[in-house]
Amino acid sequence: MLKYLLEKEFKQIFRNAFLLRMLIIMPLMTIVLFPYVTNQEVRNLKLSVVDHDHSVFSSRLIRKADASAYFQLVSVSSYAQALGEVESGDADIILEIPRDFERDMQRGEPGQVMLSANSVDGTRGALGSQYLSSIIADFGTELREEAGITASPQLRLSATYRFNPTLDYKIFMIPGLIVVLLTLLCCALTALNIVGEKEAGTIEQINVTPVPKSLFILGKLLPNWIIGLFALTFGMTFAWAIHGLVPAGSLLTILLFAGCYILAASGMGMVISNYSSTMQQAMFVMFFFLIILLLTSGLFTPIASMPGWMQACTVVNPLKYLAEVMRLVYLKGSGTGEMLPQLFALCAFAVVFNVWAVVSYRKSL
Amino acid sequence: MEEKVIWADGLTKSFGAFTAVDHISFEVRRGEIFGFLGANGAGKTTAMRMLCGLSLPTSGRGEVAGFDIATQQEEVKKHIGYMSQKFSLYEDLKVWENLRLFGGIYGLKSRAIREKTDEILSDLGFESERNTFVRALPLGWKQKLAFSVSIFHEPKVVFLDEPTGGVDPMTRRQFWELIYRAADKGITVFVTTHYMDEAEYCDRVSIMVDGKIEALDSPRALREQFRAENMDDVFQQLARKAKRTSD
Amino acid sequence: MKQFQSFVLKEFKQIFRDRRTSLILLVLPIVEVLLLGYAITTELNNAAIAVFDPSKDAETRQISERFQASRYFTVVRELTDAQEINDVFQNGDINMVLVFPERFSEKLRNGEGADIQFFIDGTDPNQASMLNGYASGILASFQAEQAELFRQPYQIRTETRMLYNPQGESAYNFVPGVMGLVLMLICAMMTSVAIVREKETGTMEVLLASPMKPAQIILSKMAPYFVISVTNLITILLIATFIMDVPIRGSLFWLSVVSLCFVFVALALGLLISTIVDTQMAALLVSGIGLMMPVMIFSGLIFPLESMPWGLRWISDFIPARWYISAVRKIMIEGVGVEYFAKELGIIILMAVFLMAVAWKKFKIRLS
Repeated sequence: MLKYLLEKEFKQIFRNAFLLRMLIIMPLMTIVLFPYVTNQEVRNLKLSVVDHDHSVFSSRLIRKADASAYFQLVSVSSYAQALGEVESGDADIILEIPRDFERDMQRGEPGQVMLSANSVDGTRGALGSQYLSSIIADFGTELREEAGITASPQLRLSATYRFNPTLDYKIFMIPGLIVVLLTLLCCALTALNIVGEKEAGTIEQINVTPVPKSLFILGKLLPNWIIGLFALTFGMTFAWAIHGLVPAGSLLTILLFAGCYILAASGMGMVISNYSSTMQQAMFVMFFFLIILLLTSGLFTPIASMPGWMQACTVVNPLKYLAEVMRLVYLKGSGTGEMLPQLFALCAFAVVFNVWAVVSYRKSL
Repeated sequence: MEEKVIWADGLTKSFGAFTAVDHISFEVRRGEIFGFLGANGAGKTTAMRMLCGLSLPTSGRGEVAGFDIATQQEEVKKHIGYMSQKFSLYEDLKVWENLRLFGGIYGLKSRAIREKTDEILSDLGFESERNTFVRALPLGWKQKLAFSVSIFHEPKVVFLDEPTGGVDPMTRRQFWELIYRAADKGITVFVTTHYMDEAEYCDRVSIMVDGKIEALDSPRALREQFRAENMDDVFQQLARKAKRTSD
Repeated sequence: MKQFQSFVLKEFKQIFRDRRTSLILLVLPIVEVLLLGYAITTELNNAAIAVFDPSKDAETRQISERFQASRYFTVVRELTDAQEINDVFQNGDINMVLVFPERFSEKLRNGEGADIQFFIDGTDPNQASMLNGYASGILASFQAEQAELFRQPYQIRTETRMLYNPQGESAYNFVPGVMGLVLMLICAMMTSVAIVREKETGTMEVLLASPMKPAQIILSKMAPYFVISVTNLITILLIATFIMDVPIRGSLFWLSVVSLCFVFVALALGLLISTIVDTQMAALLVSGIGLMMPVMIFSGLIFPLESMPWGLRWISDFIPARWYISAVRKIMIEGVGVEYFAKELGIIILMAVFLMAVAWKKFKIRLS
């Protein structure tokens, strides 16, 4: 009996030009465009300088800041003007160098500077002022070195980045975006599938047959699983072809985990579909849950920075597990053995959602 | 001794305070063509859905093909065919694919399905439409196809919910020929309609008003009982009592 | 006019009959604001670090303590063997290892120079560069103090002021973003779907055949969503001010003006979409992918605009929500006068007029 149900689903899929187009366009969009967009790195901060000193030191400091990758000098003006620029959004941070900056330092007294950072975006403000502070500290060291004063507390810092030495944001984002892709596609397709049959009325003809509920759900699940695997393949291929990104770990590991995840996501979509009476409703309910799940998955923001209760809530977020797995496999090359908890979690989600989908599918009202 | 294929006793379905079907009781014999009449909103479809196992009765009992409609719905479903009021075959599948799908669901073997498909298509004069997408068929043809699907697995009973709605008189006549042919094969036909001329084609009819069965007998007996020229008169006399308005 | 009123009433009834959808319409913005406010943050808090300190002198201890005291770091492990540095990252529990050299204090003093190494898990580059930034900051201030202790020349004292948001509350940043998102979602998406549904079911023909003017039909379709979005806006602002302590520093009047103009842009977009598609499905997808995604991406909600390549920044200039969010930030958080957001307001008004005109024209063409 399953054979006939599968035949039907596959025929419907292959005749749906819109769906097939989505299957190509969605991976392309997410993998090609998104990595450029989802860069959270703070750079190109617009620096406005208020120089009351007009000395050699002050202009050297200004040039030093401008030369850094983090800042881009937009103007040198008065404080009022600079503040105006911050207010209109033309400047992010103000460096104010008071009169006698050079004279004080040459007399052996500390020079004074003031930073004012627009911190409406807290991270941006804090990081910007940190960057500028270290540039200023460097400038002091530079001056001391020139003066030949080396018998001083000298601290040299060096940072080494593991797994992603050049801090390429794409390498981090793409494995996560593959998760987004699988979620959107698998969840949306199944969420709209059963409710689509309800709207078309075809579900009536099915419900009046003796087809077991589990077989009907399985007939929907399997084709969707294959679509999901196709999307995964497309996504990974685009990541390789366009960004040159290949997983450090094994493809089979990815296949295993993603396979479980696709089942879970499809099951979730079917549960939503079973409880909805119109496609519009299904779409909204899905949107509602997906927004919450996506935001709390650790894909865009670190889970470690969330408050304790929220971290506890993410235990029931299937996206979280696949996001972890994809990044571990892509960047660190971890194997299945190191990710058993994630595997169990994903299997559990797959079982729970699909059993729920069978139970919540009502052949009789 | 005539076999009772369908019987209902005090069958009731309520949605909240609204009682759509109100204690209906009747019997349908094997091979009979049973007309289930009533105005829009009288409760015909709801009653039929209960008999098909699509809807659980609020109270009362009923059996179809020897199985309880409240507890053995999946068993009931094995022995019935159903054609819903709204066309419900897959529009994005071809004619033969729809037949194959439903044949398969009812457990027919691939080979049996192929033979049966050929037979049905030639009966209907549909050979040339075998590979046509269902969405491209005219309404009358769609309904004939839907009927064929509903009796494809040779069920004991077939439930037809307003099978001839919206088609021309010619097609309606052809459709009734199909119904007779099915009845000849021993399939019991349970059909709702609001075309009163069609009521005359039935062996027996029941007339539902406001969720209750107000009359049940052969068309001729009913005409005599109500001293009416035709079934339409009978129906008008009963329908006048209705308090419910249709939507 | 009476006719029009009864029409609007009918629209309201239709929307609220679907309990689940209307509940989501009203609850979604609240959930989003609360989630973004309390649950997720792009900031870094209590990153787990390990310390490898072979010298164990007063200075290294002082530095470790400073890391521990900072809100950005928590020292969770002391490594005893340099070998461990490579292993601690594998399971992802440790984000950074702080490595001191041997004889740190001595090297620091005798001019030899003391090297401090950070080993940072670069998996999340964003987090990694933040870790580096904050760690360098801590050490820079340590060094500055040391230098002062030694009475060295060429000291620079830096005084830092955080404008508008001294505590670095992330709510200040995202509340305007959520406002833009919600207005876009409700006004544009729902309007387009509602109008297309009438087309799909064929009831649009009936409506157009009635004595109602087309403009009235469209207005009555938009009215409920207008009301719902205004309700949402008020809810968001109430939660923001009373629960999250986000100030409204500027004028409420201008905030309303800008918001209303933006609502018109969103409604016009909804109408426009409804004229180019024929099914609810397509309307949902076009407004979902064509409107929601750009708003999510370009609103600066999660991803800073400044970090994008110029091509994308250029595209973002055509996204109405970007201007709206920028104006709301200026009014609410910075509390600046109208002259500072006149550009944003002007652009929004221009977009509203332009989109309304195009949508209306397209709608008219469809009628004839």
